[in-house]
Amino acid sequence: MAQQTVLFDKHIEAGAKMVDFHGWDMPINYGSQIEEHHAVRQDAGMFDVSHMTVVDIKGSQAKEFLQKLLANDVAKLTIEGKAMYGGMLNEEGGVIDDLITYFITNDYYRLVVNSATRVKDMAWINKQSAGYDVAVTELPELSMIAVQGPNAKEKAAKVFNSEQNALLEGIKPFMSVDSGDYFIATTGYTGENGYEIIVHEDKAADLWQQLLDVDVRPCGLGARDTLRLEAGMNLYGLDMDEEVSPLAANMAWTIAWEPSDRDFIGRSALVEQKASGKLHKQVGLLLEAKGVLRTGLKVVFTDSEGVEQEGVITSGTFSPTLGHSVAIARVPRSIGEVAQVEMRKKLVDVKVVKSGFVRNGKKTF
Amino acid sequence: MSNIPAELKYASSHEWVRDEGNGVYTVGITEHAQGLLGDMVFVDLPDEGDTFDAGEDAAVCESVKAASDIYAPITGEVVAINEELEDSPELVNSDAFNDGWLFKIKADDASELENLLDAEGYAASIAED
Repeated sequence: MAQQTVLFDKHIEAGAKMVDFHGWDMPINYGSQIEEHHAVRQDAGMFDVSHMTVVDIKGSQAKEFLQKLLANDVAKLTIEGKAMYGGMLNEEGGVIDDLITYFITNDYYRLVVNSATRVKDMAWINKQSAGYDVAVTELPELSMIAVQGPNAKEKAAKVFNSEQNALLEGIKPFMSVDSGDYFIATTGYTGENGYEIIVHEDKAADLWQQLLDVDVRPCGLGARDTLRLEAGMNLYGLDMDEEVSPLAANMAWTIAWEPSDRDFIGRSALVEQKASGKLHKQVGLLLEAKGVLRTGLKVVFTDSEGVEQEGVITSGTFSPTLGHSVAIARVPRSIGEVAQVEMRKKLVDVKVVKSGFVRNGKKTF
Repeated sequence: MSNIPAELKYASSHEWVRDEGNGVYTVGITEHAQGLLGDMVFVDLPDEGDTFDAGEDAAVCESVKAASDIYAPITGEVVAINEELEDSPELVNSDAFNDGWLFKIKADDASELENLLDAEGYAASIAED
């Protein structure tokens, strides 16, 4: 029996089609995933992301511990509430998970990790925390609702109290405030403005209803996937996993090499990977003709020396905003501006661009 | 439970067939099938004049989720295609049994219709899935 979030009844009430998502019964759509996608690009939509795992790290050595655990450096977080994206790597330099770290105070950080990786993440974090003065606490009683879209902040403001709204005035991206019943962060997975709101499960259904009442449209995992793909954001398990280097998955920007003596887990493996010259890279692909680039399809091209090269689509979809298909692919670094993808027994031409196709409702390439 | 009109014939691969008279039959996919596929993004139709054997791939419905072959339910020649689907593939989702039709085929042998399921038979076949 799959687990349900506390919003299960709200999803059913809204006509959701539920699917099993890594052991969770989650809404894939509430009728049309394309209409939900457009709602987020043009107005405001909300997602139940309560299946995600919130982990608090507290203690006098919280900072030192996270500087070891994560490839990005929490020392960069100096303002209370500031958030940071990055990878948690294994010793071989593969990605155990990607996560967001929130800086609460000097001895208190909050991590939000993927649900599909919850068990291995918790085992890894607990194992690595041995020897540090930290307490690692999972908070399954917390729910999370993401409100995203150009009108998301304005609509959410009607639901927040005056103190929350005052704290959110002029807030920058990748920040958070903890006020009243909500931990509100300016983060997301859609390429639009908005909030991710962490709330105790007892109050989650009430928050969902209030957002419904101000015309925020419920959106399912289907739209969440097309939105994040258009935004060029990785999905763990597809675009990277423990076998993939973050340097081959467009996560080089999340690796903090300085200070050079910070010995984070995976560092020496990453140095070797870089030196090997064999690392692939992540690119975006566009198919402007009919058809949809799908996860797992082979990408082929001939490099400047006339050698046949091969890569793979790590996630592909139809882009509702652009009206054609886009994909994220991992390919040899010698790729040029065009390649071919084998689709339904035919080779079709695709354009090669940087990953990330739509931001704030607009095409970026 | 999805709608399964009693006057149509069905293939177990989820196509429906409507008798338009004079040996011409309209073909589409069922409401149940569009629900499984999700939002349609492209529909690749045959050309008028193409001929197919029963069971041969005649069209492709590509949704956000997957590309799905559509089989000719009966042998014959394509005499019309639904050109509206070029710009509005979502008609297959919103009105699978009417505006979302795919193509019309002129049957070589109308007795092939007897190989198809009636509404009750189709309902039973999807209940097993």
